[in-house]
Amino acid sequence: MTDGIKDRTAIVGIGQTAFGKGLPQSELGLACEAISSALDDCGIAASEVDGMVSYTLETNSEVDVARSVGLGDIRYFSQVGYGGGAGCGTILHAAMAVATGQADVVVAWRSRKRAAATSRPWAQVEARIDGPGQFTRTFGLLRPVDEIAMLTRRYMHEYGATRDHLANVAIAARKHANRNPNATMYQRTLSREEYMNGRWISEPLCLFDNCLETDGALAAIIVSAERAKDLPHTPAYIHSAAQSIPQEHQTMTNFYTADPLRGPAWECANALWAKSDVKPSDVKVAQLYDAFSPLIILSLEGYGFCARGEGGPFTDNGNIELGGQLPVNTSGAGMSEAYVHGFNLITEGVRQMRGTSTSQVEDADSCLVTSGEGVPTSAILLTNAVQ
Amino acid sequence: METGFLLPVLDDPDTLPFWEGAARHELLVQHCASCGIARVPPRPMCPHCRSMDVAWEPVSGRGTVWSYVVPHPPLLPAYSEFAPYNVIVVALEENPGLRIVGNLVESADADLNSIDPHSIVIGEPVRVVFHQIDDVTFPRWVRASG
Repeated sequence: MTDGIKDRTAIVGIGQTAFGKGLPQSELGLACEAISSALDDCGIAASEVDGMVSYTLETNSEVDVARSVGLGDIRYFSQVGYGGGAGCGTILHAAMAVATGQADVVVAWRSRKRAAATSRPWAQVEARIDGPGQFTRTFGLLRPVDEIAMLTRRYMHEYGATRDHLANVAIAARKHANRNPNATMYQRTLSREEYMNGRWISEPLCLFDNCLETDGALAAIIVSAERAKDLPHTPAYIHSAAQSIPQEHQTMTNFYTADPLRGPAWECANALWAKSDVKPSDVKVAQLYDAFSPLIILSLEGYGFCARGEGGPFTDNGNIELGGQLPVNTSGAGMSEAYVHGFNLITEGVRQMRGTSTSQVEDADSCLVTSGEGVPTSAILLTNAVQ
Repeated sequence: METGFLLPVLDDPDTLPFWEGAARHELLVQHCASCGIARVPPRPMCPHCRSMDVAWEPVSGRGTVWSYVVPHPPLLPAYSEFAPYNVIVVALEENPGLRIVGNLVESADADLNSIDPHSIVIGEPVRVVFHQIDDVTFPRWVRASG
């Protein structure tokens, strides 16, 4: 099979919990709720699930989830690493498992309670720092936002990007969230003035350049394209999928390569588009991982929507808002819907293929979904019909 | 009192020579003893020739600011006390492709926030100084003109 996994599998069920802070359910309870709702969405029995994929960040074990939800005999299970870089990788692993016959029905999920200490690895103070962090964290470069701010400052210096470009990203996400009743920021607008007055977190990044802090869980069910045709919703076919750790890459603090502003998105994009009949110019909607606003600008470049250095101006004139050339993050995503390490970008991609997004792009027949830029990453290209 | 700062392990054979050099007020960069190519941060094998033979060689300690950030709270308490402070990435004079993270300060033992962070300019020249916290000596950076 020279075409690998192309079009051979689809996401047929999606589910999620409420999003919020301090939700009463346990992290395990949230996972069970999201998976259960994804199964109901596609009408597949829990006992049919024989594959499970999540993030290495996930603290709920497969066995706890499986025996709570009543899943079947599990024949395939894996976890994908690198925080927010993992999301689309879970779908890729699920698709490979189904396409190769290692499993028939795979659930991918992410559940998170922000209050859990394990949810904030950067805030855990070890007695001593080891690994590459001993050359960064010890100088007060403590948080992910500090690490991305360092690359952002250099990016602004090299290409002339401005805070107005970053504001474009935050405002687009907020406008989309204002149309999505499930979004944390559904009822809270964001003006450019509010953005500019936002308190600093790590200059040049302010509060509104950061994603939300959210409790919540999401899940997706992956089966073969053949089976998908018999299920209730329009399948979101997994047309292409890729993961990437570029040569010499260092996670988050990628200051040491010849070209630090060319992150993993570029090689991930090369692998993704090489196996895709859909090209960037065909894509009418995208869900781009947004732990921080500059990651959108870098991803627009990395995935081929514009040239190096043009990601900032690409966001001008409402170009990434509904009605623009490429609406991005149509649910509000991590910055304004919920931050669950990007899994809500995947479910929103599925809704765009079904035609059920609250910011539906009318003629969208494909949707790019990406995971964290700046870390070993992954991406998927969903379509609503076999190409 | 400088307490509560994050300190490196001092028992990792791949990185210990860097900290031992700093304790002698030498800024050392790991080089491959076989093919000679420098690598930052340190690692056990040369990605170019797969040699595990290592040479730690001193560099001039001069460079330029490649980028910088100004962290604000919420931060770990020890750092929060000095916020807003700066963290810089220095491109070394010998090879601007070699970059090192540090702090720009007024003088070797000055506070973390001793420089107005908004006075920092990308490209400005800096030179290394050394400052001890507990059993660790850190390289820090001062303006080359200062």
